[in-house]
Amino acid sequence: MGKNKRHILNILIGGEAGQGIVTVGNLLSKSLVRSGYSIVVTQDYQSRIRGGHNTFSIRVGTDKVVAPQEQADILVALDRDTVAFHRSYLSPNGLVVLDDSLDINDDSFLKVPFKEITQKKFSNIAALGVVCSLLGLNESLVSEMIGEALGGDEAGLSEENSRVFIAATAWTDINAPSSYRLATPVNTINGQLMMNGNEAIALGAIAGGMKFAAFYPMTPATSIVLNLVHHAKKLNLIVEQAEDEIAAINMAIGASFAGAPSMVATSGGGFALMTEGISLAAMTETPVVVAVAQRPGPATGLPTRTEQADLEFVLHAGHGEFPRAIFTPGTVEECFYLTSKAFEMAEKYQGPMFLLTDQFLADSYRAVAPFDIENSPKANPARPIDISSPYKRFEITENGISPRLFPGMTSNLVVGDSDEHTEDGHITEDLSVRKQMVEKRLRKGEGILEEVIPPDFRGEDASDILLISWGSSMGAVQEAAARLRSDGEKVATLHFSQVWPLSPGQFMNHLEGAHEVISIESNATGQFSRLIRRETGFHIKRKILRYDGLPLTPEYILEGLKQIQVSEAG
Amino acid sequence: MTSINEFGDYETAWCPGCGNFSILKAVKKALTDSELRPHEILFVSGIGQAAKTPHYLNANVFNGLHGRSLPVATGAKLANPDLNVIVESGDGCNYGEGGNHFLAAIRRNINVTLLVHNNQVYGLTKGQASPTSSEGFVTKAQPDGTMSSPFNPVAVAVAMRAGFVARGFSGMIDHLSGLIQQGISHRGLAIIDILMPCVSFNKVNTLSWYKERCEPLPSSYDATDWTKAMGTAYEWGDKIPVGVIYKNNRPSFGERLPVLQQGALVDRDVNMTMVKQVMNGYK
Repeated sequence: MGKNKRHILNILIGGEAGQGIVTVGNLLSKSLVRSGYSIVVTQDYQSRIRGGHNTFSIRVGTDKVVAPQEQADILVALDRDTVAFHRSYLSPNGLVVLDDSLDINDDSFLKVPFKEITQKKFSNIAALGVVCSLLGLNESLVSEMIGEALGGDEAGLSEENSRVFIAATAWTDINAPSSYRLATPVNTINGQLMMNGNEAIALGAIAGGMKFAAFYPMTPATSIVLNLVHHAKKLNLIVEQAEDEIAAINMAIGASFAGAPSMVATSGGGFALMTEGISLAAMTETPVVVAVAQRPGPATGLPTRTEQADLEFVLHAGHGEFPRAIFTPGTVEECFYLTSKAFEMAEKYQGPMFLLTDQFLADSYRAVAPFDIENSPKANPARPIDISSPYKRFEITENGISPRLFPGMTSNLVVGDSDEHTEDGHITEDLSVRKQMVEKRLRKGEGILEEVIPPDFRGEDASDILLISWGSSMGAVQEAAARLRSDGEKVATLHFSQVWPLSPGQFMNHLEGAHEVISIESNATGQFSRLIRRETGFHIKRKILRYDGLPLTPEYILEGLKQIQVSEAG
Repeated sequence: MTSINEFGDYETAWCPGCGNFSILKAVKKALTDSELRPHEILFVSGIGQAAKTPHYLNANVFNGLHGRSLPVATGAKLANPDLNVIVESGDGCNYGEGGNHFLAAIRRNINVTLLVHNNQVYGLTKGQASPTSSEGFVTKAQPDGTMSSPFNPVAVAVAMRAGFVARGFSGMIDHLSGLIQQGISHRGLAIIDILMPCVSFNKVNTLSWYKERCEPLPSSYDATDWTKAMGTAYEWGDKIPVGVIYKNNRPSFGERLPVLQQGALVDRDVNMTMVKQVMNGYK
């Protein structure tokens, strides 16, 4: 019996918005994480409040899972569309779990009499019961979780949910196959967290010293600030909803100028409005962390889907020339550490720093080990002790970094200006000062370059194929490579968690050493491979690109590689 | 005692006869009379000739982008409520480019003093119509006369029940200085629309044009009477009333923010034990 247990499974729950898909998805995910399993969640939803087809898929493993999967092993259909849209993605031994009142005739389906088990409104909890029983999860652990999550003030509601859950598991224990039970987790991390990318960005921000955030709501970035709002009182933070994104970035700059480490979070369209403010932060040398959660564009695009098409936009946003760093987390852990790092860098180099994520990672729950809060990077406003008199906010220095004071905190006057300015911050049209100030600001870029996080290389040098990736596709690319290696192919991966600035010395040997280099990106034009060519002259000719709004998966990448091989053979 | 000399005396980029000179004098006098020291004040300005004013006195300054001074001031005031934050910019900056921020700032009622140098024309870009230019005002950019009706900032602010709404005139320095001083001591957004001539580009609303019309409100005027204030806000003809047109005691944004009751953000360190607790909530 035990040897037939599953080590990795993909569960896809589908239904209409309003049916409680996310609630059941969250509860199941947390039950799995608390039971010691590793998960990768993919959420696919339409841009509307009720109705429309939505899915919540959980890939669960007894060992570390790093990527989503397109094929479903268990497909839980709370509506007919789920069967219609996803049946073709069912794995060969997959199981469809169906509400029998949906009246679809197929004997291979597990038809659950939801109506008998529950009143219609708790069918999501009944579905949770069915899946828990199928997977062989500890029912009391899940039951406890339902109480925690749905208990609230309505004791009756909690009781009713529990009754439905127990009835559903009892029915499934008797009527369903036992071939979907999960094996015991290996490499269990004690007290692992369940967190998605945006939650980790919010936590990384507060651990990094953030005190002020301003925002205008925009999917898929909104949950970053909602997480901050949730913790604001406990942590003495101010999170203000601004009248527009232009106000948001300017508020953050004002707060930072006055001494509170600040951030904004938005998506492409909102970031477009902020770009003038990015330039302002650079000119006034004011630290600000800008989180951009990408969704497909142009314009409103696909508001709730994923893409990596704003790399060139974020790289070039803001008029004039100034240094910046762009961090592109590949995992939930990196969302945390790179956000803290962005705060450290913004404060140190006194300017805008960017965090570029996307809808897939924003909404993707994972099981992660607790973070080392004490030793994570911190915004460390170096309060200069010896201030030469009179104080010069923009004193010309060797590394370009000038002593920074906050207005009102000392008797020194702090003057900042969006115009070109003298060392003491006042408006000037002295062109020799202009030249010195341009050079001073750009010298900070040399320091930023020295601190670049090297790309992560895995595999052997002189491989047949080197797969290049950045941002949220990290796991999918690494899993695709691992599968190819297990088939005996010589495949290596090179992943960039920081895409700007680039330090070619860190990676040119890998590019030049591989027989064939393939860039993998969630955009239609291969923006990162173009950036590498611009910076190094190295031309990555082959690309696997995805721009249908869905995340890159190992299956998609392997299929892409097959097509490249076919086209070359042809 | 603060001396007016602490605020310095600087060469400016303004045309001789510009109304800005008088406003600068009134500002310095108001700061001195408020017994504020230069380092206790943060001026935030946008772009335009008015927005250069903070460069011509001693104080902390953030001279930001066109139209964006109110959001910057909001952020700074929230980070450090001990700062006396004064926004100083023109009619184009606050009512045109920054119109949305003007409305939002009134709703928020942030404790900031807003000084709008209103000369009914764009000076820095050499003479186009501004949001407050009168209908028919002829410029190179509007050769047939401005067709849009003028924005009435005072009426809008009163209609939105802003906490402190005043109109001043650069030709009445002591009166204006008194308004600014009241604005600084008001807890909440204090809006002072300041009429002023532009000697180079507004040949209609000249110093003498304003002088003939601007008249202080009588001492019997009750600025807490909203209905009356709405009427006063629309008086614009042979007589233009100047003074505090409307005020109320709405609590300011900062007073309502629980987090700020514990002190300024800038003075406090992040509580890492609490951050850990937050993290453990995700278990």
